[in-house]
Amino acid sequence: MLRKNLTRLLAGVGFTLVGAASAYAEDLTIFWAEWDPANYLQELVNEYAKESGDTITVETTPWSDFQTKAFTEFNAKGDAYDMVVGDSQWLGAGATQGHYVDLTEFFVKNKLSDVMAPATVKYYAEYPGGSGKYWAVPLEGDAVGWAYRKDWFEDPKEKEAFKAKYGYELAIPETYAQMRDIAEFFYRPDEKRYGIAIYTDNSYDAMAMGVESAIFSYGGELGDYATYKVEGITNSKEAVAGLEMYKELYKFTPPGWGKTFFIEDNQAITEGLAAMSMNFFAFFPPLVNKTTNPYADVTGFFANPAGPTGKRFAALGGQGISVVSYSKKQEASMKFLEWFIKDETQKKWAELGGYTASQSVLKSPEFQNATPYNKAFYDTMFMVKDFWATPEYAEILDQMNQHIYPYVVGDKGTAQEALDATVKDWTATFNKYNRYNN
Amino acid sequence: MTSLATKLETAAHPARRNGLSDLSIRNLFIIPTVLFLIVFNIFPLIYSLGYSFTDFKASSNAPANFIGLQNYRELLSDEKIWANFVITAQYVIVSVSGQMIVGFGLALLLNRSFPMKGLVTTLLLLPMMMSAAVVGLFWKLLYDPSWGVINYALGLGDFAWLSNPEAALFAIAITDIWMWAPFVMLLSLAGLSAVPKYLYEAAAIDRAGAWYTFRRITLPLVAPLLLIALIFRTMEAFKTFDIAYIMSTQPTTEVIAIRLYKQAFQQWDTGKSCALAYIVLIMVLAITNIYVKYLNRVKER
Repeated sequence: MLRKNLTRLLAGVGFTLVGAASAYAEDLTIFWAEWDPANYLQELVNEYAKESGDTITVETTPWSDFQTKAFTEFNAKGDAYDMVVGDSQWLGAGATQGHYVDLTEFFVKNKLSDVMAPATVKYYAEYPGGSGKYWAVPLEGDAVGWAYRKDWFEDPKEKEAFKAKYGYELAIPETYAQMRDIAEFFYRPDEKRYGIAIYTDNSYDAMAMGVESAIFSYGGELGDYATYKVEGITNSKEAVAGLEMYKELYKFTPPGWGKTFFIEDNQAITEGLAAMSMNFFAFFPPLVNKTTNPYADVTGFFANPAGPTGKRFAALGGQGISVVSYSKKQEASMKFLEWFIKDETQKKWAELGGYTASQSVLKSPEFQNATPYNKAFYDTMFMVKDFWATPEYAEILDQMNQHIYPYVVGDKGTAQEALDATVKDWTATFNKYNRYNN
Repeated sequence: MTSLATKLETAAHPARRNGLSDLSIRNLFIIPTVLFLIVFNIFPLIYSLGYSFTDFKASSNAPANFIGLQNYRELLSDEKIWANFVITAQYVIVSVSGQMIVGFGLALLLNRSFPMKGLVTTLLLLPMMMSAAVVGLFWKLLYDPSWGVINYALGLGDFAWLSNPEAALFAIAITDIWMWAPFVMLLSLAGLSAVPKYLYEAAAIDRAGAWYTFRRITLPLVAPLLLIALIFRTMEAFKTFDIAYIMSTQPTTEVIAIRLYKQAFQQWDTGKSCALAYIVLIMVLAITNIYVKYLNRVKER
């Protein structure tokens, strides 16, 4: 605590000195991953520069490198970034290791818990869960959704053949079981057509996000985030069934589908390879653009289907924006955040292509009709669940990847064995961090 | 005595007139290098050795506790780490032996005069000059089952090189062979051109066969240079990171350097990573030492 106060004091002194010399205009840097929303954010902050005189640069790095680069800077207590749009899983580390500035006061003052969609507040901002302490302002809402080929689905011949084979109408899948059938139906390697494209990249969280979407919908959980209990939860029969379904879907992917994330999954649609493709909503804009997707007119979107009991969830993506505690320009950053949460800014943000978390914008008909996928996005944002946000999440994510990847892609062992092994590793890791003692 | 002293003095004068003595020139060249090495190599090396006996995590504010050899004990009894070492060993054997065979073969082919020899040699050296990251990305495209040229040329249909757990490591090794065989070729070529022609003439007079000539003249004389190539390539292959990291995320291709990277920079398990880095260093040193011993024996012969 003393250290934090001291840092703040120093930051304050530094700020006064710098402020006195440079007549108020600041250059701020926001760090984010390299993707379209970061470009939209740059456009948005250019507006802010016009109004306030503070210029902001959005610095980006590829996704696979995002976490490493951010935490290298944090751990060195560097001030290269004034704000960071960090993944939801980073909250624990950001909060407990002192990288993020506590935004609780700001949050309460502006009643952000009511302004922003509940799921985004819960997963992007609050840590520990239910504590009422906030470390970020929801910036980009996101979740796993699906793109599909409308023309294949609506082809009368296909519809007839599908009905003859499976006994029900070919339509947007309501359940994972239907999705599996449709994937199998469209899996025709000799025609270079495949059923489904899913995430399998295990270098960061891509595959885990795909798998957890299935596990959550099947009624499984990744553990009790409050008590760290995993035995009997992470390897429950529901979770096993979800993982088995994910492996089942992998059978109907295009060949060589062993290291795939958003680029490959979008290619599956733009190259006409697959009937359905999983992706985060933030990656959908190129799919409705004629110049980047020749099938833009015939691409549709749907929300993650339900499991066998009707439970329906999707993995949460998206990020909140946090102020880095080592930044020397925290006051200017806070000023920007005040501007960012204004209703008209949020509206503008949505117009530029950003996925606002603001409830009033999300509920507005303009937003829901703005693109073919906004409605599915709106539906999804109220049924999202997230991965662990504990400070050691990187370790447990790697352990999970180590066990589920050989099962799904390498065809080794069973789903039960993969999740049992995950539970064993997780228990050992949580023990190492004394998670069970208090 | 006096005459010698005068001579030395006059000899030293020109240098002094130019401003710098031999001694200061030597210092000028050596001291920055030594300082650089101490600051960026020796100091971190010793510092990390210290960390390898602690539970230090660069991501936490908690102070490092001394835990003795626990990191080493845990690492050496961890089955997963051993699996990474086995993968690394497989990779080293396949990739290095492939490079030696292809590289030496190319050198034998090039060791004669033919038109545009210089150009051909230069072109063959190109792969080695590229960045490993670029090579990895390109070969990923070449291996692609849907539009990759390799499957098209070999008629393999949609065999997924990099998604197949068994084939992925070989696919990466092939890329490494393509990239580094020219290096072996270059060294072998230097060795081959140094073999005196009269030895071959003598062998021809004695009616020695081609195989016999190769085994008894060419190979022994090129051996020292081949061994140097072998040492370099083994060390490099043991530490491979970039190509493997870019091309595949299969657990079956997780060589030790990738595990080390994940442990150090994704999980921030700094103390344990230092210990693992030391284990790798000791292994590389041991392997290199065996080679060097052998190299000295070959030279004596």
